[in-house]
Amino acid sequence: MEFTPIIGLEVHVQLLTKSKLFCGCPNLFNPDNPNVQTCPVCIGLPGSLPVMNQEALRLSQKTAMALNLNLANFTKWDRKQYYYPDLPKAYQISQFDLPFSYDGWVEVTLPSSGETTKVRLIRAHLEEDAGKNMHDESGRGGDSKVDLNRTGTPLLEIVSEPDIRCAEEARVFLEELRLLLRYIEVSDCNMQEGSMRCDANVNLHVHEDGEKIPTPIVEVKNLNSFRGVEAAIEYEIKRQVKAWETDRKRIGDVPKETRGWDADRGQTFAQRGKEDAADYRYFPDPDLVPVTTTDEQLEAIRATLCVFPADRRKSYVNDLGLSEYDASVIVDQGREYADYFDEVTSVCGDGKQAANWLTQDVQRELNDRKIEIAEFSISAAVLGSVLQKIVKGDITIKSGREVFAELLKQSDDGTTVSAESVDAIIADKGLGKEQDTGKIDAAIQAVIDNERNAKAVEDVRGGKQQAVGPLIGQVMRELKGADAGSVRQMIIDKLTS
Amino acid sequence: MLSPEDVQKVATLARLKLSEEELEQIGQQLGGILDYVAVLDEVDVSEVEPMAHVADVSNAFRADETRPSLPREKSLSNAPKTDGKYFLVPQILENA
Repeated sequence: MEFTPIIGLEVHVQLLTKSKLFCGCPNLFNPDNPNVQTCPVCIGLPGSLPVMNQEALRLSQKTAMALNLNLANFTKWDRKQYYYPDLPKAYQISQFDLPFSYDGWVEVTLPSSGETTKVRLIRAHLEEDAGKNMHDESGRGGDSKVDLNRTGTPLLEIVSEPDIRCAEEARVFLEELRLLLRYIEVSDCNMQEGSMRCDANVNLHVHEDGEKIPTPIVEVKNLNSFRGVEAAIEYEIKRQVKAWETDRKRIGDVPKETRGWDADRGQTFAQRGKEDAADYRYFPDPDLVPVTTTDEQLEAIRATLCVFPADRRKSYVNDLGLSEYDASVIVDQGREYADYFDEVTSVCGDGKQAANWLTQDVQRELNDRKIEIAEFSISAAVLGSVLQKIVKGDITIKSGREVFAELLKQSDDGTTVSAESVDAIIADKGLGKEQDTGKIDAAIQAVIDNERNAKAVEDVRGGKQQAVGPLIGQVMRELKGADAGSVRQMIIDKLTS
Repeated sequence: MLSPEDVQKVATLARLKLSEEELEQIGQQLGGILDYVAVLDEVDVSEVEPMAHVADVSNAFRADETRPSLPREKSLSNAPKTDGKYFLVPQILENA
């Protein structure tokens, strides 16, 4: 059977504001202290009035710009009516026909094939999050618990076109979205804490006798990890292939189905379907006035954007000569990491050298110490000054590693290391590259003249260049900081010319 | 008048339980209201901008500043049932 999976994602992200969307309650993840971040607005008490948080709108518009969405100059908020205990007002303030942004795209590159695709976005709109229900798992029908701390948290809903064609693409799309939103500092996108959540709409286009037959659409809800998104979609595609082979149901033959994802079993499961199609009876919220935005205001927001991850990768490859792999490794670690890399590069003047150190020496330390780059004791300026000396030829890479180790040791002992520490370590350990050719020449001559080396010297004279190794080693021991490559050349020149 | 089926649908959405008699009676009342409002259909609005709000006001914002929330016991004080930490509601099934 020939088929194409058709996948669209609906992603919800909470915005990093201090207060909630419509009231002054703190916007904090606080599951251990239920119902301490509520007020008459959150609880939906009669007479309470919502007032829009300007920062939430600003962060939303900033996000829209990063997602290549068009921004509306006029937008409004609507009531979406439904009964559920996590929403005491019995309606959610959301956006219906005039969202603040529409028609965008995110570019993603699939690791498996290297193929780059554009996933189009239908819209992003701003709404309030609901509270959290906890169900009695005992099966005895006990009460459900409701925590309204989360109620009213500013929530951005980002809806993609059904442009995604495989589970991997869905995961990569989500990862790129998360990276981007974290770079522009609008959300922490923590899937475990629920500040990023994802639903997937999945169906198949079956190709049969030159016909393209769409199968019923299934919405898989509450995917709360990147692996979960990928695994649930993979499972769902296989399940739908089997379903088609057994019942041959097409889109429209049955109502849209909602399924949950059981991460432990690795299966999606049917949730009790709604008898009627949802009827939310949207209407403009009379408690909130519309919002108009001028082009000047939007330009001011645009000015606060940083260089996006995708552009950063491209510039590392094109301008600094990094491999695509290294560029991705650095960019994907997050903005602080890439900023650190940028500073090291600008101090030492060599992006490749900076990339090598960051992806190897620095990364190893971060892994060993289980810390983030922000907590690393060697600042970008200090590491940059070490690498600058390597780039200028003042010290060898090997000596650079010694300086790096010593810097770590000193900072572990409580010293704040600086560029001066670098100079002091080089001087103390005598790591400065030996530039005095007379001195090098004398050291080489002493080694050649040493009786013990008579055989090696003969071998090199006879053309056996591999015999030169031990001789170089002896010279290097004599002269700390000499460049092994040039010592080698000088020995060979001396013995064979 | 509004058909009993339509009234039943609206009643279900509003979580109201109506008797056969009430469905009939309210159907007539709602029908009367809709007919009355339908007078507005006669107005030519082809040249009028759609209105998003009755007040001619836009851009009412507040700064992103926190204010003290209610103490938990106050938040829970009107709830029919609590355990002192959570609101308690009869068991809910996802998507029920």
